[in-house]
Amino acid sequence: MTTANASRYPAEYSNSVPLLCGQSLSWLKQQRTNALLQFSEQGFPALHEEEWRYTNVSAIEKKLFSPKVNKTTGFVDVEWLKSYQLEDAWSVVLVDGHFSAELSSLEGLPNDVLVKGMADALEEIPEVLERFINQAVSVDEHSFIAFNTAWFTDGLFVHLSNKQVLERPIQVLHIATQQDVLSATRTVIILDKLTEASIIETYVGYDNAYLSSAVTEVFVGKNADLTLYKMQCESEKAYHFGGVYVKQDCHARFRHHNFAFGALLARSDIHTDLDHASECELNGLYLGVKRQHIDNHTRINHTKSHGISRELYKGVLDGRARGVFQGRVIVAKDAQKTDSQMNNRNLLLSNEAEADSKPQLEIYADDVKCGHGVTVGQLDEKSIFYLQSRCVDEETARNILTFAFANEMVDKVRIKVLHEMILDQALLRFPQEGVNKEWL
Amino acid sequence: MLSIKNLHVSVGDKPILKGINLEINAGEIHAIMGPNGSGKSTLSHILSGKSGYTVTEGSVTYQGKELLEMPPEIRAREGVFLAFQYPVEIPGVSNIYLLKAALNSIRKHHGQSEVDAMDFLTLVKGKVRLLEMDEKFLYRAVNEGFSGGEKKRNEILQMAILEPKLCILDETDSGLDIDALKIVSEGVNSLRSTDRAFVMVTHYQRLLDYIKPDYVHVLANGQIVKSGGAELALELEEKGYSWLEDNQVAA
Repeated sequence: MTTANASRYPAEYSNSVPLLCGQSLSWLKQQRTNALLQFSEQGFPALHEEEWRYTNVSAIEKKLFSPKVNKTTGFVDVEWLKSYQLEDAWSVVLVDGHFSAELSSLEGLPNDVLVKGMADALEEIPEVLERFINQAVSVDEHSFIAFNTAWFTDGLFVHLSNKQVLERPIQVLHIATQQDVLSATRTVIILDKLTEASIIETYVGYDNAYLSSAVTEVFVGKNADLTLYKMQCESEKAYHFGGVYVKQDCHARFRHHNFAFGALLARSDIHTDLDHASECELNGLYLGVKRQHIDNHTRINHTKSHGISRELYKGVLDGRARGVFQGRVIVAKDAQKTDSQMNNRNLLLSNEAEADSKPQLEIYADDVKCGHGVTVGQLDEKSIFYLQSRCVDEETARNILTFAFANEMVDKVRIKVLHEMILDQALLRFPQEGVNKEWL
Repeated sequence: MLSIKNLHVSVGDKPILKGINLEINAGEIHAIMGPNGSGKSTLSHILSGKSGYTVTEGSVTYQGKELLEMPPEIRAREGVFLAFQYPVEIPGVSNIYLLKAALNSIRKHHGQSEVDAMDFLTLVKGKVRLLEMDEKFLYRAVNEGFSGGEKKRNEILQMAILEPKLCILDETDSGLDIDALKIVSEGVNSLRSTDRAFVMVTHYQRLLDYIKPDYVHVLANGQIVKSGGAELALELEEKGYSWLEDNQVAA
């Protein structure tokens, strides 16, 4: 079937399909086949789709990114990699869409924590994966999910059991090293009841054009507690499409910190379904410079009563950058006593920068407390004068105020080494004359 | 120290100050009083360099230099300090950061090295005690969520640390209860010295019970209509401003 959106990717990738992981598993093969069929019909999302109206992805169709199906890792600059690796964390490295056991270091991981490459997990424990892959997200969500389902080459599987409280974080480093590579990964994170963990997803790449398609499915069990960080610092020529899809059981707590700094075009979806009395906190900071386009799309779905959700996304946009925030909060009929607050604040530093913000509340219950707010503005002249009257020159005052605006989100990071890294990454992207990190 | 000669200032087409003359010497405390709309705040703003005003005539020299030609931060580094009537809240910037940035800017301006971290903390903590503030204030964002009294106290704290030469206090007493007023006044009094001058802009006399001025000037309709000693403030308290405004109209 040919439609206006028909993509040339399915034909180009047809030779790769037999080489993908998990092809011996009939259930997965079926899912991949269905996904491929769906993607072939739909192509990439188009502007007329409501949830893609601000983000034009046609450039991906004009280029052709190719998955790397053989596992051999190309040259990885270890020093460069180290600059992104956190001390005091278990480290998992995926190179061009493949788990690298050599570059990962998982020694001393407690027995109740299982961390495996997705391809390995599909061979060793397929019956577990069958219960989780495409269970937190559906290929009907949008065609990038179908795209990822059809062609993911590897990914990661993390499972905490037995009330394990993980004291050090797990850092998952996705690195892209090759020109025009497609890095398509699927990650499944499962926290059994009463477990706790912090996991950091980091996306970086060499100075190339490439495409990252990263879908993470998360299952947070009863009374479990997950803090998930995403630091997206892709190359400035790269395309990034990432999604985190979460199912929270009752009393489960989930915090997400989304730092969207890199890529030419980036889109992140963060969706979470809350059960009875579960809590979620979604924090985001997007920094756009030059011609970057950064889209963040969140959905908080209160399905049962007494859930609490807090969301704050902040954007700083300079040059001709464009930031998009679409946040949806859905409160189902049974979700009485829901307490939800969603905010999006944008700071525009240039006349050509643009912020599009669309908060949506859909409330079907009648006894709830829900609020939302959006601001788009420039630096406050009164604040600039106040700082000047305190001896600070105007340029420094502007830099300090810009940084202060962003720093509210950086300050929420509780892992010291990660806080430091994100601070440095944020400072890199804006004029920092006069901003003294040591004093903050 | 400060010499204001025939100063005329407009906002847009509207003249606000219409020929101010004022000489202020080191060691002196001047109170500028006057009814609302007389131009008091405009005078403090124009001295500190706030934009939005046009000087149509006259000059202001500060320590022999043309004050009006300096950008606000240079005035501040040269020792002009404005304690704001409405201090601005700056989320994300801690008090201690601002104090350090300000103090180091002054030191750099005078060719000195950055302040030693330990010396800085000792200095700041001493002043915090002087103003009976909690040390936690230092680590909170500048004025964010502060009460009116806390904001004013914070202004005086900054002043105490930066040790300016010319301190302009814009309606510092507004919004203060009597206890806060006493603390703020003690802070100001502790800074009195022979090489420092104060300009206190105020509507009411009550601040002057605690900080005794050497001179009182009454501003009405953009001009100084009467000058005198501290006793003039008491006279104003008794009679109000109308007799002076009436005089001016009659003249």
